[in-house]
Amino acid sequence: MADDALTHIKQTYFAECEEQLAELESGLIAIADGDRDPETINAVFRAVHSIKGGAGAFHFDDLVRFSHVFETALDNLRSGRIEASPALTKVMLRAADTIADLVTATREGGAIEPSSYQSVLDELAALDANGGEAEEADEFADLGFEPIVVSFDDADMDAADGAVTADGRNLFTIVFKPLRSMYRNANEAGLLLRALGQIGDAEIICDDAELPVLQDLDPEESYLRWRIRLTTEDSEDAIRHVFEFVEDDCDLQIWPGHCDEPPAAVDPLAFLTSADDLPAIAQDGALANAEAQDRAVKIAPPIVHAAAPTIRVEIDRVDRLVDLIGELVINQAMLAQRFVELGVERGSPVALSLDEHDRLTRGIQNSVMAIRAQPVKSVFQRMSRVVREVAAMTGKSVRLDMEGENTEVDKTVIEHLTDPLTHMLRNAIDHGIESPEKRLAVGKRAEGSVRLSATHRSGRIIIEIADDGAGIDRGRVREMAVDKGLIAHDALLSDEEIDELIFHPGFSTAKEVSNLSGRGVGMDVVRKSIQALGGRIGIASRPGHGSIFTLSLPLTLAVLDGMIVKVAGETLVLPLASIVETLQPKADSLRGFGVEDKLILARGAVTPLIDVGLRLGYRAVHADPLGCVVILVESERGGRCALLVDAILEQRQIVIKSLEKNYGLIPGIAAATILGDGRVALIVDVDAVIAGHAGPHQSVQRIQPLQVSA
Amino acid sequence: MSMTILTVDDSRTMREMLRMVLSDAGFRVVEADDGINGLEKLRAEPPDVIITDINMPRLDGFGFIDEVRRDAQHRAVPILVLTTESDAEKKARARRAGATGWIVKPFHPGKLLEAIRRVAA
Repeated sequence: MADDALTHIKQTYFAECEEQLAELESGLIAIADGDRDPETINAVFRAVHSIKGGAGAFHFDDLVRFSHVFETALDNLRSGRIEASPALTKVMLRAADTIADLVTATREGGAIEPSSYQSVLDELAALDANGGEAEEADEFADLGFEPIVVSFDDADMDAADGAVTADGRNLFTIVFKPLRSMYRNANEAGLLLRALGQIGDAEIICDDAELPVLQDLDPEESYLRWRIRLTTEDSEDAIRHVFEFVEDDCDLQIWPGHCDEPPAAVDPLAFLTSADDLPAIAQDGALANAEAQDRAVKIAPPIVHAAAPTIRVEIDRVDRLVDLIGELVINQAMLAQRFVELGVERGSPVALSLDEHDRLTRGIQNSVMAIRAQPVKSVFQRMSRVVREVAAMTGKSVRLDMEGENTEVDKTVIEHLTDPLTHMLRNAIDHGIESPEKRLAVGKRAEGSVRLSATHRSGRIIIEIADDGAGIDRGRVREMAVDKGLIAHDALLSDEEIDELIFHPGFSTAKEVSNLSGRGVGMDVVRKSIQALGGRIGIASRPGHGSIFTLSLPLTLAVLDGMIVKVAGETLVLPLASIVETLQPKADSLRGFGVEDKLILARGAVTPLIDVGLRLGYRAVHADPLGCVVILVESERGGRCALLVDAILEQRQIVIKSLEKNYGLIPGIAAATILGDGRVALIVDVDAVIAGHAGPHQSVQRIQPLQVSA
Repeated sequence: MSMTILTVDDSRTMREMLRMVLSDAGFRVVEADDGINGLEKLRAEPPDVIITDINMPRLDGFGFIDEVRRDAQHRAVPILVLTTESDAEKKARARRAGATGWIVKPFHPGKLLEAIRRVAA
């Protein structure tokens, strides 16, 4: 076997393991929650079975051993020998965590000290008091199907002179009579005889004495019998091996030497075999009926959830495609630009072809992006383990509910979600959820609740982590911020502004850094990693009722529907997803507010009017709104704002080029793109621009200089 | 003309292993990830040999074999069952359903090819 082929299959195996582990965990959680659907238990069993199967193929012995014990326990659950109980699901969830660890260790070429999970193995084994016995019985039953090794040493000795040729080869006589069931199972006598011919020189005589006259002939009955004289270097085992598959479907007699009759003493099997066959055949009909009914039930539902066929490709290939299509989109835009410059008429055939080409290019682009999109499920499911572990370590009782697991987002975003989510969940449980006693004392259920949800909103994915814990202790946060010199002791801060303080670098409300949420990282690291994905994080907290952390992330990191605008001579792009409407401001809809701030009456609401040029530093004074264009935008927090730009140029899809990778992070700018004419245009980070103007973010901006001086 | 082999297994790993060994040996390989898809593939492209797993979602190996044998057109196609050593009872059930032979997992490439030669011309 080629090494790279094997490596590739190993990769497939580990990728599949991840899926099986997710399936295993969600199934066990469902069972813990009272799900008794046999298919759920089956799916859980299959997951472990598959992990074991592949592990066996690669000789991952620790993994095989563990999954075997786990599988046996699951099989007992499946067959009803043991019953689901909270204690049982708890052990099984621990086993699921262990098997996940084993898979990880194996993938990384390491190992886990078996003694560290011996207790889990013991508990699994203890689930079924008769487990050991069942295992033995199983192995015993197995013997019936493996070639039964019977010692013919004595017989060989007895018949020595007649059973061995002058050149030391063995002589055997074989009588082979297929039963009807052998043909029914698509075994062919001809192939078996040929196989015999391959292990030695065979002299085959067909006995057709039982063949009836034509009108009595049942075409499916077995009438023929063969007598074979075999001269071979191999032993009797090799002969039995040829008949391995049909052992129970034929009368087979083998004896050493080339005499016509078997020595009476050496044939204990012939009797056993034929006696066994009678009940087996009689059972056939009954079983077939029972199984047919069984199957009728099994076949009916599947059509409902028939899975679409899938193929697996390396992500690199998709990424190459994404890059190429990005270039294609840019090229398409440049081509369109050339057409305009050449004065090609809009309705001319060549322009129409270009339009069609544009439509197709977008189609390809969307399809490719859809390939990269994946449900957040894979990340969400990992979180149940985090919750279990943290709950166990803190002695709290916590229930995790998930919503919107099937919400899709770009793979890269998914890959970078695990760490921030893990950290936030740890925080929510460690700092948010109270101890069971405390909860009961304030009239809450002893079991805390954490809800993890995902949904699509205005072209982004919004992930919420809500807990029903104590909420942020604002007094304490304030105290700490003052202690650390982040704010002045008499600073006037709103509740929201205090909440925002927890995102400050190095800020931690835990009286001492616990080994859970602590781990040396604060919420500022979480915020940074979310920002690196083009996302934002916010918090809303109610003392005594809990906190909600909201993450807002772009669906894809590669393309954007944008509105190209002109601001103070610069070309900028506004993400279309955040735009509600555009309007020409009229004098009577404008209001002054303070020295420099302006408001505009739009859609019946007074909205802050922000001059993008002023905000980004392209000009020093607020432009006159009259003669400019107002773009009404919605931030992912739901708030509306009006952005003032000089003019709208066009609306188009743009390919995002990272500024951070090529230049550096600029506040207020999300990324850049290359326009049709080859120039670079900056993409405005609408939320940052709004946040820089008003709302809780502003206070953070104000606080930052303080922190610098501190 | 080379023989076509239909492999039915919900484990991608197992399907890929089978494919590697079988295509190296010059067989054409058609894959299905459960019994229902196996039946569809079978009808679309009659194979010379079928290799099937037992534990599968939707329609398991027993049901699949039973269904194949029920179809007059495929009564004579050899079916090899992928089993583990401890699946004695399953082996017997598969045989009653109409399995031709079995391959013990984890399989050795040589043994797999030998098993195929033993059931197919």
